[in-house]
This record gives sequence, structure tokens and C-alpha cells, in this order.
Amino acid sequence: MELLMAIVVGLLYGGGLFLMQRRNLVKFIIGLAMLSHGANLLIFTAGGLTRGAPPLIGEGETLPPALHADPLPQALILTAIVISFAVLAFALVLFLRAYQTTGTDDLDDLRSTDT
Amino acid sequence: MNGLLIAPVLLPLLLGILSLLLWHHVRAQRVIAVAGTGLLTLLSLRLLIGIYRHGIQVVHLGNWEAPFGISLAADLLGAIMVVLASITGFAIALYSVGANERQRECFGYYPLVHILIMGVNGAFLTGDIFNLYVWFEVMLMSSFVLLALGGEKPQIEGGVKYMALNFFSSVIFLTAVGLLYGVMGTLNLADLAVKVRGTESTGMLVVIGCLFLASFGIKAAIFPLFFWLPASYHTPPPAVSGLFAGLLTKVGVYAMIRLFTLIFTPDLVHLHGLILGLAALTMVTGVLGAAAQFEFRRILSFHIVSQIGYMILGLGLFTPLALAGSIFYLMHHIIVKTNLFLIAGIVHYRFGTGELKSLGGLYKTAPWLSLLFLIPALSLAGIPPLSGFFAKLLLVMAAVDIHAWGMIATALGVSLLTLYSMTKIWNEAFWKDAPTPPPPARTDQSTILMMIPVILLATITVVIGFGAGPVFRLALAAANQLMNPSDYIHAVLGVSP
Amino acid sequence: MSTLILRTATRYVAPLMLLFSIYLLLVGHSYPGGGFVGGLAASSAFALYALAYDVDTARKLMHLSPVSLSAIGLLLSALSGLIGMVHGAPYLTGQWTSLDLPGFDPIKIGTPLLFDLGVYLVVLGVTMGILFALAEEEG
Repeated sequence: MELLMAIVVGLLYGGGLFLMQRRNLVKFIIGLAMLSHGANLLIFTAGGLTRGAPPLIGEGETLPPALHADPLPQALILTAIVISFAVLAFALVLFLRAYQTTGTDDLDDLRSTDT
Repeated sequence: MNGLLIAPVLLPLLLGILSLLLWHHVRAQRVIAVAGTGLLTLLSLRLLIGIYRHGIQVVHLGNWEAPFGISLAADLLGAIMVVLASITGFAIALYSVGANERQRECFGYYPLVHILIMGVNGAFLTGDIFNLYVWFEVMLMSSFVLLALGGEKPQIEGGVKYMALNFFSSVIFLTAVGLLYGVMGTLNLADLAVKVRGTESTGMLVVIGCLFLASFGIKAAIFPLFFWLPASYHTPPPAVSGLFAGLLTKVGVYAMIRLFTLIFTPDLVHLHGLILGLAALTMVTGVLGAAAQFEFRRILSFHIVSQIGYMILGLGLFTPLALAGSIFYLMHHIIVKTNLFLIAGIVHYRFGTGELKSLGGLYKTAPWLSLLFLIPALSLAGIPPLSGFFAKLLLVMAAVDIHAWGMIATALGVSLLTLYSMTKIWNEAFWKDAPTPPPPARTDQSTILMMIPVILLATITVVIGFGAGPVFRLALAAANQLMNPSDYIHAVLGVSP
Repeated sequence: MSTLILRTATRYVAPLMLLFSIYLLLVGHSYPGGGFVGGLAASSAFALYALAYDVDTARKLMHLSPVSLSAIGLLLSALSGLIGMVHGAPYLTGQWTSLDLPGFDPIKIGTPLLFDLGVYLVVLGVTMGILFALAEEEG
């Protein structure tokens, strides 16, 4: 399972980076989204894949069940998803405005502020 | 102490909320901004004094003990940075009131500034690496909006580059955090510092260290990763670019110093040589880039890059004196750089342009402004007895101690070129005769209020210069805390490593 | 979209959705639910109103602007952490008290609920802010 996840993570990173090179604003954003999904999946995989019980301590016990899933990576991913959702939503609006004000969706044409 | 430690995060949040509730009352928002950031400055000064007297302070949020919960931990470096951020925030609040840009102030300008300061302070105080990521994002989100607020064409274009690169850097950060958690099983900085000592997967640590270096490198704008900065920092209104120039890249530098002294120490991960090389290249490319520019804020933007090189030079040398030099440099730089951007803004407001070719004769029309420009400009170039001189002196002395002659030559050469850039601005904008026809001086906007923060920051520059002894002792104490992480670990975890 | 059927149905369904969102908010500490999900459920109720009628009707129903709602939510969440500090505990420490009503089991009430209520309002405010902005852009 880990191998499969690693391959998927690699594909997401590779695809995201490839799309980011494409100069088109829309493809760029899809690339960013893929990258952040890749990062989330990577946290999930790196945190260890266990098919276990929920990490809840039963009544009258002091320890969670022996084989329990680690809740922390999931909490991290949840936070990261919300953050990347917000950033991507803002990015979409910004890129839309960029398209409206400059009239181009080619990143190579956005160079009036470059040095 | 408990309340004082949370204040730098909580107070800006409350100020932001208040400003949000008073959305349509711009005047009230201004009062809140100035009074609130002033109060924040006082509180953070008290925090710094408290930490200087009583050592590192820790709060376990929600009473969840480290390493299970999120802890806020303030050592001297963190507290110094919080003080600097608060002072910058105060100066920016005053300046924004003076700049009187209604069309921005009506669309959530002040709430965003408060939230940005909250994010910056949170990053300086947190003791948890994922929490650091969250604070980075809080800071970046508000900076994205601040940068694009107003929606002029250059702003949008600069915003696209700024956003894209910083988002990319966040993804790298997240990747590194995920891998680190996978290897170490913890996210608390102090706990990480203990666990990396016992680990066998040092190869993995090098990879993670490189990822962190790349991520913070983009945020701090070091050598191969700085291109977004000069392409975006000159586009927003002056108050915003002053805030960014003072604080944002420095959060990257801070994070680098924190991680590479606490976790990725030279005995585990051999990356400090790489940092040293990057520092030299950053200094040189930044200053050369500035030499080719002829617009006020573009020159200053390139100088940020060059100065970042000095700050991580101290980290690369990795001696107590060098780190003290870095910390001194951070103090000096935040004050001076913010001030220079604010002055560039005043020039822009008065004469409607920042192009050096169409400026001139400011020495005659605005003598006080010229004097106020000279203080931070000469300080930036490292002329004694201003703050920049001592910052550079410390770094050079630290380099002499370990015979890093090449670094000394680079640092001094770059310093000379900085002086060249500053004299270029001086000659072109202030000294040479006004071009014919002279730029139309705008009288519709009062710049008197905007001078107050400039004078305040210039005074601090001079005070750091003349009070270099005590400031140096403070920086050295902070550096010694960084070099001996056992105090930090003990304060957070309650056990000695 | 705003047919008579949808309008009539909305009048019956939206209050139920709001009720369910409050249920989600209240059970969130011990069962699946919480402020985030509750806020999303509540915002879908108002979004339904905006679809069936128009944005102005939905705005009027909410009484407060999305910005004020999120600000109040943030304030509640931030203040919920301060309550513990009165007792000398660190920021965000949960404080619990029990509400004894005659004839009912004692109900545990604590600061996490206040925090969740804040989250609920923030999510509701932000979501509605985005939706209104999008809907008005199109219209």
C-alpha cells in the first residue's frame, strides 16, 4: 500500500510541477492544486498507514486499542486542506483579475513589473 | 507572564476583530490601529524585559503538556523579533493614517494589517513546527490581499508572482513537515531537538533540512530564489511595501535561524557550509541588481535581498558572535528598511514618481526629509556610528575568528556597493538640480503625519548606533540561548535532554 | 431556479436545515459534528434561500452582514480562551460547568462549546460572504 501511495504522491507532484511550467494561468492553478493534494497525501503516507481502530480510549481503560490509527496526520491534513482551499480560492480570484486587467492568460506576458 | 506571552498574538487578533466590526467607521479603525499597535509595542517590550530577567517563558495552550499540545515558547530571539514587529506595526499604522487612502481603508485595510501582525508574532513565538506553518499561512493570506488591495495593474501582476512563489514555498514546507513527522513522530520543536540526537536516519534529515532551506529560502528571498521579491515589493502602496519589507522576509530568516540552530545543527546535518555560500551569493547578486536599477523602491527591494545575505551569513558561520551579529543585523535591518520604504513613499506622494531620473532637488524643497533619508541610508551602508556599522562589524569580527577571509572580503565589498547605491539615490533624488520642468509638487496631500513614523524609526536607528553596547549584549545573550538549546528544551519539556 | 415549488419547499426545508446545523454544533464535542460542519449546514440553508428567492432576501434573513457575523464568531472563539485565564490556566484551557435542570440529566456546558459557536459563525459568515459575492457578480 505504501508503494502505491508513494507512486501516487510522486505522480501528483510531477503533474503539478509540469503544469506549473505551462505558462497558462489556469494550468498553473491546477498545478498548484495538484501539488497541495500531493503534499497532503504525503503527510498521510509518511505518518504511517495503519488499518486500525479509532484512537479512542474505551470507558474504564487507560490506553487506546492496540492497533489504532494515528489521528495527528489527519488533523494536519484537515488544517492544510482548509488553508490550501482558501489560498486557491484567492488565487482564482486574483488570476481572474489578472486576466481581466492585462487581457492575457500567458504568464510570459506578465512582465511589466519584472526587473 | 502567562498573559503577556499570549498578548502579541491575541491583541492583534482582537484589534482585527474590532476593526472588522467597525467596518464602515474608518476613523474609528484608525484610532484602534494606532492605539492598539502602540499598546502592543509596550506589551512586547515588557515581555522582552521579563524574558531577559527570568529566562525562557513557555505557555502550553489549552493546558495540554508538550509535546502533545501546542506550546508557545519565547526565548530572547523570539521576544526581540516580536518587539521589532510591534514597532514596525506601530509605524505603519501611523503612516497609513497619514497617507489617508480612503479607497483602501474602506475595504478592510486595517483588519488585514492586524491579522498580518498576528501571523508574524505567532510565527516568532510558536514552539511547534506545524503551528509555524499555520502562522506562515495566516501571514501570507493577509499579505496576498494587502498586496492586491486596490487592484491596479502592476499590483495584480506583482501579486500573481508573489502568490505563486509563496504558495509553492508553503507546499515545500508542508512536504518537509510531513516527512519530518514520518521520521521523528513529533512536531514540537523542543521534542524534535531531543529526538534528532538519537536518530539513525541522518540521510533523511539532510533531505528534510534541504527542503526547509528551500522553503524558507523562498520566503526569505535568498540567492537563487529571490526573483519574486523585486518583482512585487514596489507595486503596493508605500505603507504596505514598508510593512512587507520590514517583516515578511525576516520571518523566513527567523524560521531558518530557529530550525538550523535547534534541530538541524552542524553536528547532524552539514548544511551550514551551503548556507554560507548562499549567503555570499545572495549579498552579491542583491547589491548588483540594485546597482542596475533607477527607481527608488526597486533599488530598495534589491537591497533587501542583499541584506538577507548578511543575516544568514551569521547563521552559516555558526559561532555565538556570528549569531549575535545576525540578530543585531535583524534588529537594525527591520527598522532601517521599513524607514527607507516609508521615505520612498513620502517622495512618491509628494512628487508622484519614484523614478530617479524625473526627481531632483529634493534637498532644496524638502531639507528635513533629506536629512531623515540620510540616517537610514548611511546606516544601511554601514557608516559609523549608525546601527548598520555595528551589525556588519560583528559579522566581520565573527568571520575573522574562524578565518573566513573570503566572506569578509565579500561582506565589505557588498557594503561598499551598498554605499554606492545609496549615494546614487542621494545624488539623483536629493542633490542634483531639479529637472526642467520640475516635478509638480502635490500639495493636496499632507505628508506631515507621515513624517512622525519616519522620525521615530530614524531615532531608533541612531539609538541602536549609540547604544550599541547594551544592544550587543542583548543580541549576544539571545545568540547564546540559540547555541545552547538545552535551556529551550528544558523550558518547553520540563526535562533536561 | 426560483420556481414556486422550490420557494415553497425552501420555506419548510430551510428551518429544518438550520435546526440540524444547531444539532451538529451541540453534539460536536463528543460525536461527529462541530462548529465547522454546523456552519456549513447553516450556510447551505441560507444559500438555498438565495437560490429560491434572491440574494437580498437571504441577506435580510441573516440580519447581520457576513463580515459582522465572522467578526462576532472570531470574537467568541478568542474570548472563550480567555475564560480559563481568569482561573490562572493557560490560554484556551477548557472550563466546564454542569447545568442541572429538574427532570433532566445534568448538561455539561464548557468553553469548547463557546469556541465551536464562534467557529460556526465564522464559517457561516465567510461562506455566505463568498456566495453572495459570487451571486452578485453573476447577476
